[in-house]
Amino acid sequence: MERFDAIVVGAGPAGSSAALTLARKGFSTLLVERGRAPGVKGMFGGRIYAWPLADLVPEWAKDCPIERLVIRENLAFLTEDASLTVSFDSPKLAQGRGTSFTAVRAKFDAWLAKKAQDAGAMLVTGIRVDDLWREGGRVRGVSVAPNDHVASDLVVIAEGAASTLVREAGLKADLEPREVSVGIKETVELPAETIQERFGLGEKEGAAYVYAGHASMGLRGGGFLYTNKASVSIGLVVSSEDLSRKKVEVQDLQTKFRMHPAVQRLLRGGKVVEYSAHLVPELGAGMMPQLSTDGVLVVGDAAGFLINNGYTFRGVDLAIASGIAAGEAAEAARSAGGMSKVNLAVYEKFLRARNVLTDLERFRRAPLYMKNERLFDVYPRMLMEIAERMYTVDGSGKERLFDVVLDEASAAKVPKLKMLLDLLHGAGSM
Amino acid sequence: MTDRGPTARPMRVIVCIKQVPRAQELQVDPVTQTLKRVGVPSEINPPDANALEMALRLKDQHAAEVVVLSMGPTSFDESLERAVAMGADRSVLLTDRILGGSDTVPTAYALSETIQKIGGYDLLLCGEETTDASTGHVGPGIAGHLDLPQITYASEIRIEDGRVRARRTAEDGTEWWETTLPCLCTVNFGCNRPREPTLTGKIRVERGGVVTHWSCADVGIDPKKVGLFNSPTIVAKVDTVRLPTRAGRIFSGEPKETVRQLLDSLIADGVISP
Repeated sequence: MERFDAIVVGAGPAGSSAALTLARKGFSTLLVERGRAPGVKGMFGGRIYAWPLADLVPEWAKDCPIERLVIRENLAFLTEDASLTVSFDSPKLAQGRGTSFTAVRAKFDAWLAKKAQDAGAMLVTGIRVDDLWREGGRVRGVSVAPNDHVASDLVVIAEGAASTLVREAGLKADLEPREVSVGIKETVELPAETIQERFGLGEKEGAAYVYAGHASMGLRGGGFLYTNKASVSIGLVVSSEDLSRKKVEVQDLQTKFRMHPAVQRLLRGGKVVEYSAHLVPELGAGMMPQLSTDGVLVVGDAAGFLINNGYTFRGVDLAIASGIAAGEAAEAARSAGGMSKVNLAVYEKFLRARNVLTDLERFRRAPLYMKNERLFDVYPRMLMEIAERMYTVDGSGKERLFDVVLDEASAAKVPKLKMLLDLLHGAGSM
Repeated sequence: MTDRGPTARPMRVIVCIKQVPRAQELQVDPVTQTLKRVGVPSEINPPDANALEMALRLKDQHAAEVVVLSMGPTSFDESLERAVAMGADRSVLLTDRILGGSDTVPTAYALSETIQKIGGYDLLLCGEETTDASTGHVGPGIAGHLDLPQITYASEIRIEDGRVRARRTAEDGTEWWETTLPCLCTVNFGCNRPREPTLTGKIRVERGGVVTHWSCADVGIDPKKVGLFNSPTIVAKVDTVRLPTRAGRIFSGEPKETVRQLLDSLIADGVISP
């Protein structure tokens, strides 16, 4: 039987980061990917916060397949036909550890997997690992078919949100609809020059948009848009519970979102060249599986490492950081005598050192706050009414801003105390 | 004829495969009217994949050793590695510039020499033909060079007491043939479903050393018998058939009505009689 010190299942950002770290620390490492190449099955919104890359591949900026560096952040509220956008523009957004960039997963994942291979990890693609291989009740490797087992002291589960191995390992019960959202994304091709002119960007500069309000047609969720080199990623993340409760097809939402005048304006003349959908772990710290057991560590989306606080969507950076932490935990466990549950529990400490668990816990209440339907319907509408009255001059008598706000707040039919509580609750959880 | 060793060793099956352009992705150059081969993904010639699957089943049943053999450029490593990932024990690629342009006559000669160098074989398997040339010559050619009994178009093989029983797919039915080992069988296209590579197999490939390269000199092949100038057939001309355009009429309305219209139209065109 083939044997490795560690087997990593899934060559996405979490898996490749774990494999790279393990290989560097002298573990013979096998990285197994289900797709025919890393990244072909990967899906995400489109932006990566770069900070953990600087730790993993210090020279990352040299050859990392960056589409555009994000220099402008936009938060847009939509009603049926209007939009109110808050835009923040700063070169500082693209400097130092705070840098974020847009990327295409087929290229980014291939790049990161190659780094793991260069460090000595063996990459095998086109193989789906169905099972953990057990001996004496303990995980001893992975199993693909009745006569196709590969042994290892450690299995790192990096399978993504719909991980079957996490359940197989007994670390988590089945996913529940409330724990996941459905992410849907279209890639719209546009010439690079058009993107630069339309979004007011330089050659390597990019913009990111978060859409709230009518983007998800009153369902809990939101929209996003990122500029790539010669395409735009646009999509929605919508509560799967709401989708099934309200019997809405996610692709219909996406079409309506794309046709919104404020969005359409940005996509005009573009061609949809790619369409994808994926489960998104939604509850963050509230849905985390047990993160380690005898011979097993869980990283990335499989561990529910995703933060959506309403204005930043983070997944890939947490995936990379957790991959590094897994490698560090394995090294510490090896020094302590082996990959036992007790020794691997140190993984949490390394996750904390990289602020993964800390951030997840800090925003623990954000998903609950964002379950508040008023955020997706009443308040955006109210904001829009205020903006409309602020900017409309038609000779019918102009009101003071304060009066407009009070008037609209009353019209919204939400008790003022509740509104104040929503505001405070939001400030506290986001 | 063959240097068969002591009987205690496992049965050795040699499977001959060719790497061909993936048929469904082949395109004809609209200007030159020739096949565009550059940039087209490759695959194991599908009938050869059936032969390989047959060999791997013999490995499952009789613990046979499966050696895969091919002749061609080193880009053929891709298919030989896939064969090992599927479960073959090892592979040999006969690769030499002087083989370039060989037709089926030198190919059968060169492969039979290479098979003798591998030696110790009990059963030789080939696909019934290749999808890129469709001659079906090479398998029987090898049997001729090695003076072996052969069964062509086999869709099932049973090995018992040193004898082979093979079901042969003929045009108007199936025949069962029996012969002694060693022998050569060509395998019927589509007679089985080739297995997918295993994780263990892919790891073996990644660890390296699963393909052995031999030159003509390594095998002792006579350079005067191979290559373009020692191939009696030449491709003089390639004609492509231009498909006629079709009228494509669409009838709409109630099903009863549209069926009536379709029938009337077919009758009017003389396709069917009223």
